[in-house]
Amino acid sequence: MSKLMKLHLKVWRQKNTESAGNFEDYKVDASPDMSFLEMFDVLNEQLIETGKEPVAFDHDCREGICGMCSMVIDGRPHGPKQGVTTCQLHMRSFNDGDTITVEPWRANGFPVIKDLTVNRSAFDRIIASGGFISTNAGNAVDANSILVPKEIADEAFEAATCIGCGACVSACKNASAMLFVGAKVTQLSMLPQGKPERQSRVVAMVNQMDAEGFGACTNTGACAAECPKQIPLSVIATLNREYISAKMNGK
Amino acid sequence: MKLFSFLFTSSIGRKVLMAVTGLSLVAFLLVHCGINACIFFNDSGKTFNAAAEFMAHNWLIRTAEVGLFGGLLIHIIQGLSLSLSNQTKRKEKYRASAGDANSKWYSRSMGILGSLLLIFLVMHLKHFWVVSRFTDAIQETKGSTLFDEMIIVFTDPLPVIIYVIGCLSLAYHLLHGFQSAFQSLGINHPVYTPIIKSVGNAFSLIVPLVFAAMPIAMHLGWIK
Ligand code: HEM
Ligand code: SF4
Ligand code: FES
Repeated sequence: MSKLMKLHLKVWRQKNTESAGNFEDYKVDASPDMSFLEMFDVLNEQLIETGKEPVAFDHDCREGICGMCSMVIDGRPHGPKQGVTTCQLHMRSFNDGDTITVEPWRANGFPVIKDLTVNRSAFDRIIASGGFISTNAGNAVDANSILVPKEIADEAFEAATCIGCGACVSACKNASAMLFVGAKVTQLSMLPQGKPERQSRVVAMVNQMDAEGFGACTNTGACAAECPKQIPLSVIATLNREYISAKMNGK
Repeated sequence: MKLFSFLFTSSIGRKVLMAVTGLSLVAFLLVHCGINACIFFNDSGKTFNAAAEFMAHNWLIRTAEVGLFGGLLIHIIQGLSLSLSNQTKRKEKYRASAGDANSKWYSRSMGILGSLLLIFLVMHLKHFWVVSRFTDAIQETKGSTLFDEMIIVFTDPLPVIIYVIGCLSLAYHLLHGFQSAFQSLGINHPVYTPIIKSVGNAFSLIVPLVFAAMPIAMHLGWIK
């Protein structure tokens, strides 16, 4: 086993949505082979053993697909590495003796529930407002009955890899959710199955996004740089294009 | 009217209006820069005065000027109100932030750069536009021209410094704004976007440089 690293953590502790919250300092010895969340498991065991309240943090899959592990590490959502989630981040990305600051996602649209756990149901409401297709129930249709050109399928698939983690909102200085909404709108409006609701969808989703208290995009590119799935900034251009054309059609 | 109300109410619509007004300002700047650069002929402002004279009396240009002012006003008001509104979207700020890790400082400072530009613009309009349109300081009958006015204004070092700061703000404002405007309008293309970015970078470098050279050259007496 590799040598343990001595780390100094500054972790955001907040009792509930209303309370103020502050940093607590902790010392943890972690293996360089641990994931960031495993390091937090070690921390929590220490806390439990000494009779203290463990740090609340979200996680589920621990393999980069559920989008739950929302942590801002030294000012960067999902930490210093590109294209990975917090659960996929290894302690070898840090150095022995480092001080690491860990905060929750911060945005009006994502209120803190406790410690590092935030409420991201705003994304669910955006999806519910239009992020779906309508289809007839009944027997499953043959998959090849609707033909999709390869380039379209690829582009839609790239957008569909968004895991709804919210790192884009967390990274954006305006707490804008446009990379997320752009990814969903791109995915659905490119595919033939998504065409019927194409225009009403984009307007409904943008309205909901604005109502949830997310900011407007100023094209700084921070979202795409921090997105663990590397969703490109071009999905926001697609979102803008879809929205403008829907508006011009009086939607 | 309802068709266009989204330009003032929705997040995307407001950005679209910023982009359209921003790009019309870019077009104006190109013309403005070209005409003013006539002073570099160093012919005591002969070519420049002739061009300025044409611009002042051509009805098409005068009509465009009204549109330009409207656009500028919308750009300023919308820009400031959008910046302020965006700042309220994260009430609880990050204690540790690493903005430089994922974006350029000037892309995050458009409101401040724009405000610096606004300070410059107020002074600039007072120097030349107000003087030439609303006072009788510049009259050919009196043998005084816009060129003479430039010479007078730029003898004083203070306006020269403020103009250079204005040009620097413009350079950074455009370095982000030029390409950003196309993205806001939904234009992002594997072939055209790199071209747009290169043109934008060149524009943001050359135009402010040429503009900044004017007060400096006049102050130092290179142009008479
Ligand atoms: C007078 C003061 C000005 C103020 C207060 C101002 C403010 C702003 C603000 C706040 C933005 C939005 C930033 C963003 O979306 O990232 C912006 C964008 C922009 N501005 Fe200005 N600006 C001013 C003057 C100008 C001038 C003189 C020009 C052009 C020559 C210009 C060109 C642009 C462009 C092209 C954009 C990009 C639009 C977009 O991102 O969609 N601005 N401005
Ligand atoms: S676009 Fe990227 S950062 Fe934003 S929610 Fe989707 S996966 Fe997360
Ligand atoms: S825990 Fe599922 S993506 Fe990190």
